[in-house]
Amino acid sequence: MGRIKPRHHYPEERKYKGSFFATKLNYVIGWGRKFSIFHYPFITACCGMEYMSAACGHWDFDRFGVGMTTFSPRQSDMLFVVGTISHKEAPVLRTVYEQMCEPKWVIACGACTLSGGIYDNYAVVQGIDKIIPVDVFIPGCPPRPETILDAIEKLQDKIQYQQQDWRWKSKK
Amino acid sequence: MEIEKVINELKVKFKDDITEFSIQFGDHVIRIKRESLQDIVRFLKKTPHNFSMLLDLTCVDYIGEKLRFEMVYHLYSISNKNRLRLKIRLDENDLKIDSLTSFWGNANWLEREVFDMYGVRFNGHPDLRRLFMYDGFEGYPLRKDYPLRKRQPIIPMRNEDAD
Repeated sequence: MGRIKPRHHYPEERKYKGSFFATKLNYVIGWGRKFSIFHYPFITACCGMEYMSAACGHWDFDRFGVGMTTFSPRQSDMLFVVGTISHKEAPVLRTVYEQMCEPKWVIACGACTLSGGIYDNYAVVQGIDKIIPVDVFIPGCPPRPETILDAIEKLQDKIQYQQQDWRWKSKK
Repeated sequence: MEIEKVINELKVKFKDDITEFSIQFGDHVIRIKRESLQDIVRFLKKTPHNFSMLLDLTCVDYIGEKLRFEMVYHLYSISNKNRLRLKIRLDENDLKIDSLTSFWGNANWLEREVFDMYGVRFNGHPDLRRLFMYDGFEGYPLRKDYPLRKRQPIIPMRNEDAD
């Protein structure tokens, strides 16, 4: 076993010192995606007020990289379902979800969206996870804006560490 | 014109059609027969009574009673500041009543709502369709015998045991 030279003895090391770093492609893609979430607000009820204060000046979730509000499902990454979903509205919600391009995530905000809330009757869907898959649930009637910010941070953690799919590598 | 005068005129003119006069929650209530609804409303809407506004029109389900449904009409006179409530009992097997769309335009959607939720048919209504529930919904959800947790989803739910 010969003696291993110190790394700075390689001339290339010295030449490129501090100008690059090594990481994993999966991590970088997740890092990029989690700070550029375009969200589509699907707002039907009073939780929308809390969504608005979370999105506007006082709490301002643009600080977390969720600033871009799109009203086209084809150009959005995250579906923000806020409020009561009735059976009459369920086909609309599913169509909006299916129009979104991969990768896509869903946040369900408020008790009515999670479980129907107080509306246990003929008209209301008992939780939107019966229609579309949901990533983060926000309980509360209505939830505080801080809870919405917390949910966004949890979704960002999920995006960061999930198995990313990209052009030549798709999700199983 | 005072509301008492209106009531007295009604007592004289429609003494066979009105079965009961009373005061409930500060408003005068008259119970009338189904056939005389349009005559009484025509009389009340004209001057000098001027009941020009239909505040609300709805239905109540008294399940288990002989005449199961009760239509309730709230009238208001803007010029005289009078309120009057009309009530009509309907039999479950003959759930029909004259439409008031020829008197008030807003009766159109109110009657569609009552048809949607209770199944009352309105004679002479121009467009009697469901207002809130979707095509293919069976039954009338605000009736007391509609099951509390019966749901009729349009699209299939993701997990089968979901209601």
